[in-house]
Amino acid sequence: MQVQQIAIFLENRSGRLADISALLARENINIRAMSLADTADFGILRLVVDDTEKAKTALKDNGFTTGITDIIAVQVADQPGGLDSILQVVKKARLDVEYMYAFTQKSGELGILLFRFDDLEAAIKALRLGGVKILPGEEVHGL
Amino acid sequence: MMWNEKEETMPRSELQALQLKRLQALVERVYAKVPYYCQKMKDAGVTPGDIKELADIKRLPFTTKEDLRKNYPFGLFTVSMDEVVRVHASSGTTGKPTVVGYTRADIKLWAGLMARTLSAAGATSKDIIQNAYGYGLFTGGLGAHYGAEELGAAVVPVSGGQTKRQITLMRDFGSTVLLSTPSYALNIAEVMADMGVNPADLPLRVGVFGAEPWSENMRAELENKLQVKAIDIYGLSEVIGPGVATECIEAQHGLHIFEDHFLPEIVDPDTFEPLPVGDRGELVFTTLTKEAFPVIRYRTKDIASLNDEPCACGRTFMRIPKITGRTDDMLIIRGVNVFPSQIEQVLMNVEGVEPHYQIIVDRQGSMDTMEVQVEVSETVFSDKIKNLEKLNKRIQGDIKDLIGSSCKISLVEPKTIRRSEGKAQRVIDKRPKK
Repeated sequence: MQVQQIAIFLENRSGRLADISALLARENINIRAMSLADTADFGILRLVVDDTEKAKTALKDNGFTTGITDIIAVQVADQPGGLDSILQVVKKARLDVEYMYAFTQKSGELGILLFRFDDLEAAIKALRLGGVKILPGEEVHGL
Repeated sequence: MMWNEKEETMPRSELQALQLKRLQALVERVYAKVPYYCQKMKDAGVTPGDIKELADIKRLPFTTKEDLRKNYPFGLFTVSMDEVVRVHASSGTTGKPTVVGYTRADIKLWAGLMARTLSAAGATSKDIIQNAYGYGLFTGGLGAHYGAEELGAAVVPVSGGQTKRQITLMRDFGSTVLLSTPSYALNIAEVMADMGVNPADLPLRVGVFGAEPWSENMRAELENKLQVKAIDIYGLSEVIGPGVATECIEAQHGLHIFEDHFLPEIVDPDTFEPLPVGDRGELVFTTLTKEAFPVIRYRTKDIASLNDEPCACGRTFMRIPKITGRTDDMLIIRGVNVFPSQIEQVLMNVEGVEPHYQIIVDRQGSMDTMEVQVEVSETVFSDKIKNLEKLNKRIQGDIKDLIGSSCKISLVEPKTIRRSEGKAQRVIDKRPKK
């Protein structure tokens, strides 16, 4: 199973992000990784959490619009050239990256890159072929 | 189904003879009883004796909302308050409220017309009718109530609001007919879904929706979400309230005007000359039988046309198309006429977009701006910015194609647009008043 990401629609209103963090805190949900995409008028908060279903239900019950998407987690060495080694594979395979974000697991040891590809299956195939290590969803959610 | 088949299927020649007789009596009565009308007729150089055929109506002066305001509150009543048994009034948001009065006979007439309306929607004495129009000064609540009682149905007079209780009662009582504004019906459907109530499990089968203009797309939405046949009814308090015109369930195509009591005309909105059947213009009504507060050539500001083609239901009354906008609701944005219902039509053509919207009009410098707020539902939401921007551009493009004027689309979080419990407030106009 791939990593499941929750995307949340956000109006550009002050305090809106804090409403979500308060809700997740109250529900005892742990955030693994996050990224915030913004335009002049609205934003999309993307989260990877330990309990996706619980988070989705809590958000929905509180009136947020959410969507769940499969994304790919890739393991990389936390050192210069780490990101590049992956992106060269992506480039060679002509994969379209919709967006990506990254976090490190124990600084200096392990980096994790989260990719949203247009074509998930093709991406998995190409990355495997290029010798890239794809992390199973369970591992990322349960880190 | 017909409440009074003889009256509703009267041959047109007979109907016209009846209209003329009633019109002549009306003109004589107001000339004698209401100094304001008398003076207006004198100014126009016309006397009751000049009305020899129906076409002579064009010699009579129009009545407008302004005339009603000038005579606030009871100046245009033809009877003393002793004979008046009820008054209703408009909300008066745009000035002094307009006040209308009814004698006992008027109330009886009105109940009969609403019974006709409900029958046309397929309701009978066996139905349980949930009346969610607001009770009070607004004509909708009591007007529909008396009609449903006249019909012999079991009336549940819940009025508007308290939506959860509304749905609980609907389920427990097994209501078969819902009377409400279309925007409130939509609110009910949404709360029903939140409560986990499936409309297909309810005996509800017909919705009679009026007091607001609504689009064909809204009909599809309401019929689908509430699992009912949606019937449009038309009326305005100055004429009598609801019960002026109604769709029939047989055709659901155009609203039959109860012409034996309300004489319709279509006039050119610029020259005010009467237009022939089929032409579009402003809808004008003369009440033929009302006692306390008759109106002569009342300008409704609604744009319509008359259709005299025979209808599947057998009624001989002419039809007007669904009214999609009152000129009062019309916005003028940078010189372009825009009806909120046009925006509604566009939004509801976009799959997944919820029919909740708000239009905010403002002015920056000397330039009018229009913003349309649209709620982002799960169906249209995407984790990709570009998809939401595509949605935004599509709505913007469709609106521009339809009205020829550009506007800003704001995507907002669900349920942030205020839900209607009666008449929806679709437009917030922040422009400074002249």
